[in-house]
Amino acid sequence: MRVSEKILLLTGFLLVMSSPAQSESVSWRGNVTIQERLFLEDPADPRQHGNNFSIAAQPEMYHEWEGGKQNISFIPFVRLDQGDDERTHADIRELSWSYIARDYEWTLGISKVYWGVTEAWHIVDIINQTDLVEDFDQEEKLGQPMARLALIRDWGTVDLFVLPGFRERTFAGVKGRPRIIPRVEKNLTSYESSQKDKHVDLAARWSHTIGDMDIGLSWFRGTSREPLLSPARYNGEIVLAPFYQIINQAGLDIQLARGSWLWKLEAINLDGNYAKYRRATGGFEYTFYGVAGSADLGLVMEYLYDSRGELATTPFEDDIMTGLRLTLNDEQSSDVLLGVIKDRHHDSYLISLEANRRIGNSWKLSIQASKFLVDRLDQSLKSFAKDDFLQIELGYYF
Amino acid sequence: MKKIPLLLLLLSLFITPAWAITAEEKGLNIAQKADELDTGWGDQKQSLVMILRNKHGQESRRRIHGRELEVTGDGDKSIIIFDTPADIKGTAFLSFTHVNKPDDQWLYLPALRRVKRIASKNKSGPFMGSEFAFEDMSSQEVDKYTYKWLRDEKLDGKDVYVIERVPVDKYSGYTRQIVWGDKAIYQPLKVEFYDRKNSLLKTLTLTGYKQYLNKYWRADRMQMVNHQNGKSTLLIFSDYSFNNGYTDRDFDRNSLKRAR
Repeated sequence: MRVSEKILLLTGFLLVMSSPAQSESVSWRGNVTIQERLFLEDPADPRQHGNNFSIAAQPEMYHEWEGGKQNISFIPFVRLDQGDDERTHADIRELSWSYIARDYEWTLGISKVYWGVTEAWHIVDIINQTDLVEDFDQEEKLGQPMARLALIRDWGTVDLFVLPGFRERTFAGVKGRPRIIPRVEKNLTSYESSQKDKHVDLAARWSHTIGDMDIGLSWFRGTSREPLLSPARYNGEIVLAPFYQIINQAGLDIQLARGSWLWKLEAINLDGNYAKYRRATGGFEYTFYGVAGSADLGLVMEYLYDSRGELATTPFEDDIMTGLRLTLNDEQSSDVLLGVIKDRHHDSYLISLEANRRIGNSWKLSIQASKFLVDRLDQSLKSFAKDDFLQIELGYYF
Repeated sequence: MKKIPLLLLLLSLFITPAWAITAEEKGLNIAQKADELDTGWGDQKQSLVMILRNKHGQESRRRIHGRELEVTGDGDKSIIIFDTPADIKGTAFLSFTHVNKPDDQWLYLPALRRVKRIASKNKSGPFMGSEFAFEDMSSQEVDKYTYKWLRDEKLDGKDVYVIERVPVDKYSGYTRQIVWGDKAIYQPLKVEFYDRKNSLLKTLTLTGYKQYLNKYWRADRMQMVNHQNGKSTLLIFSDYSFNNGYTDRDFDRNSLKRAR
């Protein structure tokens, strides 16, 4: 953990403890999670670790006063990882003050905002940087400093953002696994903007519900959350150097609910001096209710598109994701999710199976198996060919 | 077309006596009366404990709280928030019930800060592992059913009307429901639910009615017994509160993130 991270955590803690609302509703929740990853093969890069143990904690504190008109939210996060120094990290997911009025809302501080509707991949979502060392599925995000003003009108909600300070994407370290080969060297990070990570980004979003449709239109101007990676030399080793360009991104997300169907679409147009591209993800989720008594079985199909084709910085440029989600609706909230992403040009498959179950009142067990079946000619997934793993996670919730 | 003699037409007016309304009309009248008596409460909130029992008698408990906003001319708006178990604390369920079209429903997942839309047909599915379906938890509007009065009788010493109601919504999990309603307060005491195959699925028993604001009756306990799987769910309500000053803003997607 860096010194700056320690100072931030301490500041947050002191701020929350000294806030004006000790007496009124203060609520705590959070979790501590232990995780073991079992790798089935020797790594592609001999420096990468084998089986790996990890522990993470995320307490959440929330104060509200003036009848809920004002609140402070504080969510620190810390992970200690056995094998990867880069994965041992701390972050402030949230440390923000909000003011809620009848037709507007203010949020100042570090916060987390989610945009989007699809399951396989989130492409419209851009406010928060991806905490990629957490999981390669890109679900985990870093806290983002922001001033947010939400205007609530009959014709929808308009969110306006000023985002001072950029967060670099986290990448697995030398020993980290799974990771891209060659590895990403963060010391070689460069920016298009002369202000580097101090560039102030701007964003706006209009979102609205019209009957059974949820729609969002968004715009972002600033440092791209997704770096362009190019090969470079670092201490005699071939590595990838991340470069963050300045972009304009326009985004659209739509969701439609009809009977057992949910129809979803996300699309972006990204325009920068160094790369311009379009991406889209769209598809449906169909649910069979009352399967074998009271279980639900959901079928998800989504198509993933990137106009750069094989040159895309993600492995998903012309792929189809098929998913099956079984929700048992039992007391332990058990569910199983099977997902397969298939490249349309190569015989590459990314298969993941995830199962969750509550144990007692405070524990949750999650098991995840990931398998990479990689076509020899598929450059984008080649790095992960030997990284099949089984992950067992036990979380204590309070 | 055959002409109907005027005399015969006049005669027919006398053959059908004015007091002989059909069983359907009588059923509808009862439903309308019950709705009328429960109109004007504005908004409310309450806490509840949900006790799930499996067929071996093993129990698990969860704490929930909820708030509702009365909407005139359409179904009500509601938010249900989970307090325990801890791993789903802060999970919130927002629903806009509608009279003439499927309800709009969203689920807020606090870990991802994500608001997920739920498919309309989900209403027949179980509510968070309980024997209550989503549709059992949503607001009861007159136009959501067609009615038929069956009989009057006594239930536990109380005078009750017994009516059959058939859901209008094609996504409902029921073919019909039989309601035993207390004639004194026009509130249900017992409801039988028949599944899509028209066999008895569940029985709901409502007890401990108390009056609020000198007008509105609310039950303290609702027990749902599933006859097909042997499980049951008991809801114990407490801390009913009215006139909280809620507006649409307390039931929009932005408010889900603050739902505690």
